[in-house]
Amino acid sequence: MVTTRTGNTVDWVRVRDDFPILASLGSREQRLAFLDSAASSQKPERVIAAVDRYYRETNANIHRGVYDLSERATAQYEAARHMVADFINAASPREIVFVRNTTEAINLVAQTWGRRHISAGDLILVTTMDHHSNLVPWQLLAEEKDARLEAVRITDEGVLDLEHLDELLAQGPRLVAFPHVSNSLGTINPAAEIIRKAHDAGAIVVVDGAQSVPHMPVDVQALDADFLAFSGHKMLGPMGSGVLYGKLSLLEGMPPFMGGGGMIRKVSLTRSTWADVPARFEAGTPSVGDAIGLGVAVEYLQGIGMDTVREHERELTAQALDRLREVPGIRLLGPEDLDDRAGVLSFTLGDIHPHDVAAILNEENVAVRAGHHCCQPLMDRLGVVATTRASFYVYNVDEDVDRLVSGLHRAQAIFAS
Amino acid sequence: MTDSLYREAILDHFRNPRNRGTLEPADFTYEDVNPLCGDEIRVDVRTDGENVTDVRFSGRGCAISQAAASILMEMVDGRPLDEVKAISREDLLEELGVPISPARMKCAMLGLKVLKAGIYGVPPSDDSL
Repeated sequence: MVTTRTGNTVDWVRVRDDFPILASLGSREQRLAFLDSAASSQKPERVIAAVDRYYRETNANIHRGVYDLSERATAQYEAARHMVADFINAASPREIVFVRNTTEAINLVAQTWGRRHISAGDLILVTTMDHHSNLVPWQLLAEEKDARLEAVRITDEGVLDLEHLDELLAQGPRLVAFPHVSNSLGTINPAAEIIRKAHDAGAIVVVDGAQSVPHMPVDVQALDADFLAFSGHKMLGPMGSGVLYGKLSLLEGMPPFMGGGGMIRKVSLTRSTWADVPARFEAGTPSVGDAIGLGVAVEYLQGIGMDTVREHERELTAQALDRLREVPGIRLLGPEDLDDRAGVLSFTLGDIHPHDVAAILNEENVAVRAGHHCCQPLMDRLGVVATTRASFYVYNVDEDVDRLVSGLHRAQAIFAS
Repeated sequence: MTDSLYREAILDHFRNPRNRGTLEPADFTYEDVNPLCGDEIRVDVRTDGENVTDVRFSGRGCAISQAAASILMEMVDGRPLDEVKAISREDLLEELGVPISPARMKCAMLGLKVLKAGIYGVPPSDDSL
């Protein structure tokens, strides 16, 4: 039982027991230490049961069905939208578009808002620490429109160079895209400040929230974000559930993303008019069961409290940083200050290749990720080919930190001789 | 740990690679990368037309890619070209003697892929190894 700084008392071992996969894999002596939640999270029993129950009791296509089952499915799908809106404090559930993942959400903005508003010579800003999913869609758009793309630099510590941001903002970009939290370094960027400055410069702002929304309180109205993209599967929800938040005024002015059923008002053979927001952006049958599962995941996280989630991960990160510094040859990347860092630990271990480090940890039933983390420009900037990355979530406990540290000592021993 | 990927035999090849270096001139030279790990391997081959008379590899990357390339060098040095061409994925895996997961197969096979590309002049597809 742990009382966090926010005053909540949570038994984190009991939280872990809510996740069936963590109980079923590995032996009693050596449970699975799952440290790859930045890639995708595990799912609590409650979410798994909700998806199962949906297919057993509620499954039918939504909207326009006049029979009870379809109405129930529709009601649950829309209730999930309300829950997600509430979770990020959106002004209206109509500002929530269900998509498959963060990547789809960002591509949606690039292909709709972007194609309508970006023209030749316009400037689009990204950052050196963006995930490929918040780089490549803008590269495609810039190429199509003959627009300019510039990246805000980072410092050696892995934080955004805000002076460089100011310089680039002075050039009057149309759009600024940045990650709220870096998936590779864990850096928490000063989102509210960046958004305010970008707005002052006349830009629209797209926030990649894939690594922030699951791990800390995020309030889109307080941030004044124009768009926020995040993935349900990284926040205890089913794979295939993702969200685009957009300000209603912006969404209403946007053309459709994909054409098809569900997104139209009236169709004739040669032209159509579009449905209201958000249906306009949800062509075809959505992943209804997954959206409903996401709603349950949101309830679960709210039950713990996002301040408490953040506090727990901060605790684990502090412990891990202290103990990892004792591993010979380790180079820890990202900011030192725990206020500026989420529960993501990226490092290199001497000359040992990250894939070898991860493979040795795997032999100890510790799951971490190794590679470029979909951030090749960032790896180039840091002068590394790849890193090993451990990331925390609600189901991680002190023992997982112990296992990570002892696994790294073993890797050192294997390669030392 | 008996089923470890990092058995002493593998680590020995990683730490003390056989036939490491380059040949100038060489009859065949080829190099390639494994985008998963960023492994890089170059293989230089000298031949009298029938046999591999000398072979060297160079590059960098994970222990599996480098150890497997070193083991491959021992397999092919001095062998007839026809036999070298016939070396399969299974042959190399047998020599490695450790369990290679699907995720690491490209690491383990990079040296063989590069060697065959050098001999044939074009890289083989991953499936044909």
